[in-house]
Amino acid sequence: MSDQGLYPGLNLGEGHGEAHDEAETTVFGFWVFVMSDLVIFGILFASYASYLDPVGLAGGPGPQDLFDIRSVAIQTALLLLGGTAYAGVSLAVKYEHGRDRVLAFLALCALLGGAFLFFEVRDFATQAGKGGVPQASGWLSAYWALVGLHGIHVFAGIVWIGAMAAQVLKRGLDDAVKVRLSMLGVFWHFLDLIWVGIFSLVFLVPLA
Amino acid sequence: MSRPVGPVFGKLDWSVTPYTDLLQTVNSSTIVGAGAASVLVLGAIAAVAVLTWKGWWGPLYRDCLTSPDAKKIGIMYIVLGLVMMARGIIEGAVMRAHQATAMGTLDQPETGLVSPDHFAQLFSTHGTIMIFFVAMPLLIGLINFVLPQQLGARDMAFPVLNQVSLGLTAAGAGLVMISLLIGKFGTGGWTMYPPYTGKVFSPGEGVDYWLWAILISGVGSTLTGMNFAVTIFKKRAPGMHFMRMPLFCWTSLCVAIMLIYAMPALTVSSSMLALDRYAGFHFFTNDAGGNMMNYANVFWMFGHPEVYILILPAFGVFSEISSTFSGKKLYGYTSLVIASMSIAVISFTVWLHHFFTMGQSAGINIAFGIATMLIGIPTGVKIYDWMATMWRGRVRMTAPIVYMTGFFLLFVIGGMSGIILANPSIDYQVHNSTFLVAHFHNVIIPGVLYGMLAGIHYWFPKAFGYRLDETWGRRTALLFVAGFVFAFLPLYVMGLMGLPRRSPTFQDPAFLPWMYAAGLGALLMLAALASLVWTFLVSWRNREALSVPGGDPWNGATLEWSSPAPVPEWTYPCIPQVTDRDDWGERKRAGDPWRAPDRYVDIEMPADTPHGLLIAAAAFALGFAMVWYIWWLAIAAFLAIPALLIWRGMRVIEPRIVSAADVEDEDRRFREFVARTAPITRAEESTPRNRGVPDCTEFAG
Repeated sequence: MSDQGLYPGLNLGEGHGEAHDEAETTVFGFWVFVMSDLVIFGILFASYASYLDPVGLAGGPGPQDLFDIRSVAIQTALLLLGGTAYAGVSLAVKYEHGRDRVLAFLALCALLGGAFLFFEVRDFATQAGKGGVPQASGWLSAYWALVGLHGIHVFAGIVWIGAMAAQVLKRGLDDAVKVRLSMLGVFWHFLDLIWVGIFSLVFLVPLA
Repeated sequence: MSRPVGPVFGKLDWSVTPYTDLLQTVNSSTIVGAGAASVLVLGAIAAVAVLTWKGWWGPLYRDCLTSPDAKKIGIMYIVLGLVMMARGIIEGAVMRAHQATAMGTLDQPETGLVSPDHFAQLFSTHGTIMIFFVAMPLLIGLINFVLPQQLGARDMAFPVLNQVSLGLTAAGAGLVMISLLIGKFGTGGWTMYPPYTGKVFSPGEGVDYWLWAILISGVGSTLTGMNFAVTIFKKRAPGMHFMRMPLFCWTSLCVAIMLIYAMPALTVSSSMLALDRYAGFHFFTNDAGGNMMNYANVFWMFGHPEVYILILPAFGVFSEISSTFSGKKLYGYTSLVIASMSIAVISFTVWLHHFFTMGQSAGINIAFGIATMLIGIPTGVKIYDWMATMWRGRVRMTAPIVYMTGFFLLFVIGGMSGIILANPSIDYQVHNSTFLVAHFHNVIIPGVLYGMLAGIHYWFPKAFGYRLDETWGRRTALLFVAGFVFAFLPLYVMGLMGLPRRSPTFQDPAFLPWMYAAGLGALLMLAALASLVWTFLVSWRNREALSVPGGDPWNGATLEWSSPAPVPEWTYPCIPQVTDRDDWGERKRAGDPWRAPDRYVDIEMPADTPHGLLIAAAAFALGFAMVWYIWWLAIAAFLAIPALLIWRGMRVIEPRIVSAADVEDEDRRFREFVARTAPITRAEESTPRNRGVPDCTEFAG
């Protein structure tokens, strides 16, 4: 293909050579994957909305009984800071700041993601203690599935961060690793995007 | 029904095989069940024996199972599809045999070859297999084989991912197959609607088999869609603008986009049903806030686009063969592109017609009825375009054209009955009768099956280097046409007479003549299947006489016909520069199409890897373990998949280099063969003189 219209990812710039070509196809492919994943979340959002009525609640505990908006706010802050921290990874790769800085920012991302999961799991446990288990109603099934799937994504992202850190240590910042880091970036920011939807639709709408 | 769960083997014990059923009760139903299981066991033993006896394990592993080559992956998909098709057709015949013997009385309705529960398993596996493990592998296989060649690319964008996709599809197919021998399959039809398929009404392993086969193979199909889309967007040869792509590439692009957006809906609906069954969630249960309408909605968000995922590649094939076998340019290229894209888009807007009768308002039904009818417009455009392509062309009645003729006649009937069903008020009368069964077989068999078989016939020489026997090819095609007519047109009549679909019995003798006609049709379909197998065998025996090393047996116009047959693994010695739609045809018009490239360079090929095979094994083990509640195996298999991915990511994998000298050597020999071989005219292409080198002057006019 021509040189025009190459994928304008952050890892591209002077001196990255063949990473251009590889990123062109691979990162584009990952964007396509993310679109497909977005369809999954889209359907779960729609399902959640459809169960958010008296029939779906089925006499079980509802949003007012279960949601702790302060904890949700903390989770939001942690996750969005995690997204910001990934900018550190991207910039360190782009400006060739060396592997230590890349590793440090990766560790920061994992830490913030882990803290997010801590608060999320704590909320789940509290809710289950109040009878808000997924088996209690259609609405709770939809809530646990949607928020839980996002949590699983965050967990997978942390595992991926670990795998990338290992690759950076073992392989160094070769072209393949750079391309994968930029895909991980797409994924990590995608989790923020989904969370904004969850924060608004799952928590704010029923509490409003 | 529910068995105790042990720590090692889960719910598995010796009571789950059809042989145990046979020992308990001997009747025609248990004999059929045990017979089918025996066919599976004997088939597996025979396959292992042949591979061992011929010493083919090594070549199979090295050349096929570990190859990331899209052409080989495509062939493996098609083999998988054909094997599953044999089972699907035989099941159809068993169902027809049952119904022909199933006239009971009101006092004693249960009669016929198989028990009602067995019959329900038959239509459930038949539908599941035909949609997910026949049609999908056939079309994905054909696209894998053809698409990169038509685009002027060496391979897919992600060759190893392609391998993984195949592995996941095969793992799903394997789960459906093993359900024949170990345990039972679900009885909820291919859609497995809850609440019937929930834990309360279907406590056994049957629905779980369906769920895991669908979840695993569904992920494979999603990944395939991404691979196709990225390949089309990023790997086209220089000069291959979108409006220069062959029509098959266009329909592949539509299919790819549809897979990306439609498959996740199936993943979600199946996952929710799995959560209901395994973890006591209440998405689709009758109580505690469950709502099965959400299942119908989400499932058909996938299910409706799916039928166009199935048909669009066939439309691509018909576009190619109508042009090639009438020696004319495709009529209305642009309108065919627009029609394909329109079909892809409209297909996402009509899903609700699958539940017209399930309680929404008349206004909603009208909107979706009209949307459904609209899809007839682009489809009609296509039919007219193909007819106009053939009009006053030099049409040769080769096997693909026989299929296409059958398609013209029968598919239009199927489309018409679809328009009838799209009217909600008519749908209220006939939607759950065999009229509906007749309709969808009437579009899927002439559309998908004929299209795929025509495509296999058309591209077979490119894959294996020899043509398929024309006489047997035509006989097969005619048998499939006759078989369809007898097997399915009677179902329209019976549907209008009031026979419900999926019913294991009936009491009215007025159905009998039509049942017998349908039974005859099933026998013809079996004969067609045998004839198809025989076509492959005869052609393989005569492969010397049928060989076409020149690679262009039909005097084609698209890029893939410029390479030798069978295609070398690198496909093109150097990536072609495309200057025209029908580039190869234009090069023939210009004269000297086989000019050698100016220079040869080293070619990088992705290295062979067992990655896909290992992931397939882990996915199969995961599915099987989940079906039988073997938790330790499920956890191990589940963890194996990310472990395999991480392990692969840690290593630097060097591509395999094919040296310029090797490429040049093989390419020179090909061009010398073409130069010294007498070209043949179109009229001679079914004769043994056809060596794959056509008379290019026929393109000049």
